[in-house]
Amino acid sequence: MSVREDLADRVPGGDAGFIVAVLLGVYAAYVLAGVALGYSIRGQLNSVAVLTFYIGVFAMLALALNLHWGYTGLFNIGIVGFMAVGIYVMALVSKPPAGTGAAQIGGLGLPLVVGIVAGMAAAALLGALVALPALRLRADYLAIVTIAMSEIVRFTFLSGTLEEFQLFGQQVGFGGGSGVILNFTDPMEAFFRFFGLWDSYLGIVTAFEVIIPNNPKPVVDGLVYGVVLLGFVAVLYWLLKRTGESPFGRVLKAIREDEDVANSLGKDTNRFKIKAFMLGCALMGLVGILWLMTSGSVTPNFFRPRVTFFVWIALIIGGSGSNTGSVLGGAVFAALLFQGPRYVKNLVDTVIPNADAPSSFGPAVAPLFSNFDPSPLFFYTIDSIRQLQLVFMGLVLIWLMHNRPEGMLGHRKETAAGIPLTSSRAKGTAHADGGERGGTDE
Amino acid sequence: MSDTDATNAETVGSIPDDAVATSSGSDGSSSRLDLGSGGPDVAEQYPLQVEGLRKTFGGITAVDDASFRVEQGSLTGLIGPNGAGKSTTFNLITGMLQPDSGTVTFDGEDITGRKPHAIANKGLVRTFQIARELQDMTVLENLMLAPKGQQGETLWRSVTPGFRDDVIEQEEELLERVWNVLEFFDIDHIAEEYAGNLSGGQRKLLEMARALLTDPDMLLLDEPFAGVNPSLEKRLLEHIHELREQGYTFLLVEHDMDLIMENCERVIVLHQGRVLTEGSPEEIQANEEVIEAYLGGNV
Ligand SMILES: Nc1ncnc2c1ncn2[C@@H]1O[C@H](COP(=O)(O)OP(=O)(O)OP(=O)(O)O)[C@@H](O)[C@H]1O
Ligand SMILES: [Mg+2]
Repeated sequence: MSVREDLADRVPGGDAGFIVAVLLGVYAAYVLAGVALGYSIRGQLNSVAVLTFYIGVFAMLALALNLHWGYTGLFNIGIVGFMAVGIYVMALVSKPPAGTGAAQIGGLGLPLVVGIVAGMAAAALLGALVALPALRLRADYLAIVTIAMSEIVRFTFLSGTLEEFQLFGQQVGFGGGSGVILNFTDPMEAFFRFFGLWDSYLGIVTAFEVIIPNNPKPVVDGLVYGVVLLGFVAVLYWLLKRTGESPFGRVLKAIREDEDVANSLGKDTNRFKIKAFMLGCALMGLVGILWLMTSGSVTPNFFRPRVTFFVWIALIIGGSGSNTGSVLGGAVFAALLFQGPRYVKNLVDTVIPNADAPSSFGPAVAPLFSNFDPSPLFFYTIDSIRQLQLVFMGLVLIWLMHNRPEGMLGHRKETAAGIPLTSSRAKGTAHADGGERGGTDE
Repeated sequence: MSDTDATNAETVGSIPDDAVATSSGSDGSSSRLDLGSGGPDVAEQYPLQVEGLRKTFGGITAVDDASFRVEQGSLTGLIGPNGAGKSTTFNLITGMLQPDSGTVTFDGEDITGRKPHAIANKGLVRTFQIARELQDMTVLENLMLAPKGQQGETLWRSVTPGFRDDVIEQEEELLERVWNVLEFFDIDHIAEEYAGNLSGGQRKLLEMARALLTDPDMLLLDEPFAGVNPSLEKRLLEHIHELREQGYTFLLVEHDMDLIMENCERVIVLHQGRVLTEGSPEEIQANEEVIEAYLGGNV
């Protein structure tokens, strides 16, 4: 359990500075690869926007999961269910009523903010519902219950029963297998109009015509949304750091270490667990909303369990128990494992446009042996990169488990207290024998 | 939360004179010869009363109809051979296990089957025989966890600007208290070490320090000196006596017979889950049954 040299200590700005440095490095790598391969500016900016989007959502999901697992030891493998409830409830609340829109399912027509809060609250309530019975049982029951819940949620939204129903006199619904169209106000527009900045925003978009001559709006939208997401990451990081560095976070940590001890010291651990669980679930609901709100529509099958496992991989990469690690894990996962292979494929497709990829493994490998031609195998690999991606993730996970089980930052000391718990007696209030304390270890 | 804390602190402070005064002088309302489950007098003189406690694990009867009580402000020993049911009794009293039958009364209130945290908050706190430190937390974190009435345990207070300032202020006060305890227990040099890295004896000390920081009225100590060096053991015992004089009550499980006989004013002997006998150290040492069952005739 030795504390390794902490990289973050050597970067100006501490943990936050370290996160920024890593992000800059990732972006530089993306841009350089694009430049080297002659990607267009539009393509470059687009790939940066998409990358930022995934960094944002995975960093936030990893932060929320870290509150559950890293701090409290709650084994949640139903993340995607809370995300689904978040965006579906938000859609229900914020979509315009059926009468006014086209011939399709309506919503309650309330403002987006109300929808977002409702979505988060619904995810938190679902969390309470799931956790209340499971928390009394042994810890691993929560894992079984949450993954079952996430599948139940998906099948519920798939089912015809909830395709359409009456609520508060409105004809609303979840649209079954074909999903719901998110025909509320464009969130970006709503956001900028709220601050009276919509016209300036459109001005900026026009200014971009210098770099991207035709139709720059989708590219700028993507970039700006990415920045908004990073803003949310910063807020969540701040919130969860405060949560962790407090007596509340201390009790959560104690629950993770030994719940009986926390109980025997008079802490009502079930209440702490429920609170932490609900907060994390609300945040997962929020990420569900942020992830899909601008995508135009939602279908239930987006919420397959594998998204949940992506978040787990991100948390394991970053190091569970550390908020800084969670953000970094989310970023590294998004950049290298999630978006990276697709980016490589795009690049190759641009550079070598009309390459014929073999349709199966046999024809891909045969030329390698017959006339030492590796290119069919290469194109085959690039062509099936989405499938191979999962294999690659598995390999990385195994490597991590063997070599860095505590995450890429190693074992981190993130003190669970509102004040630094280091050699306090150095403050001068020390007793007569208090002089030689500080700096005895590490 | 902070209310309970205030009451507790008051109780702890005011016990010594009060308790003696009220228990010796009768208020006339209840029968003075009531030695059963107890009226108000008995409850004050014997804050912890165990009646007919019973617990079986499959075929084993770990605690078998055990009844005893612990006097206010005393240091009472609970002894018995290995497997006599001492630790199980602690678990039953503190709510970690549910008894099959019997009652536990603390401060005049039936606490049988209550949740462990509720019992701890009433001022009845235990330590574990096999030290259960919170491994991946530092010694300081372990200790900062213990005090009651921490405002920052309410999530929104810890997070909301403004309110957090109060939390921080309380944290600073707590840290000051924690350092005092650390120094007393002679573990201040390992304050920043992870509890998982401590030696066996240090873990025992940490656990006792942590229990004391909850400001309990009564402490149940399960072999607290196992692995602690003799000079520190002596100091801890002195400290326990000091606390006892201030009004704290201790129930101590210990295998070191000399230690029990020298320090405890009452001794309860458990044997195969039953209370074999109870009395002063002299009475226990003279008791044939005890000598036969436990001391092996060498005393
Ligand atoms: N959780 C359990 N499940 C099954 N049997 C148990 C359990 N806890 C205790 N026992 C049994 O109950 C009996 C009493 O155990 P207990 O731990 O209370 O003894 P003890 O007096 O504390 O002994 P020691 O001095 O060795 O600590 C033993 O026979 C033990 O095997
Ligand atoms: Mg025992």
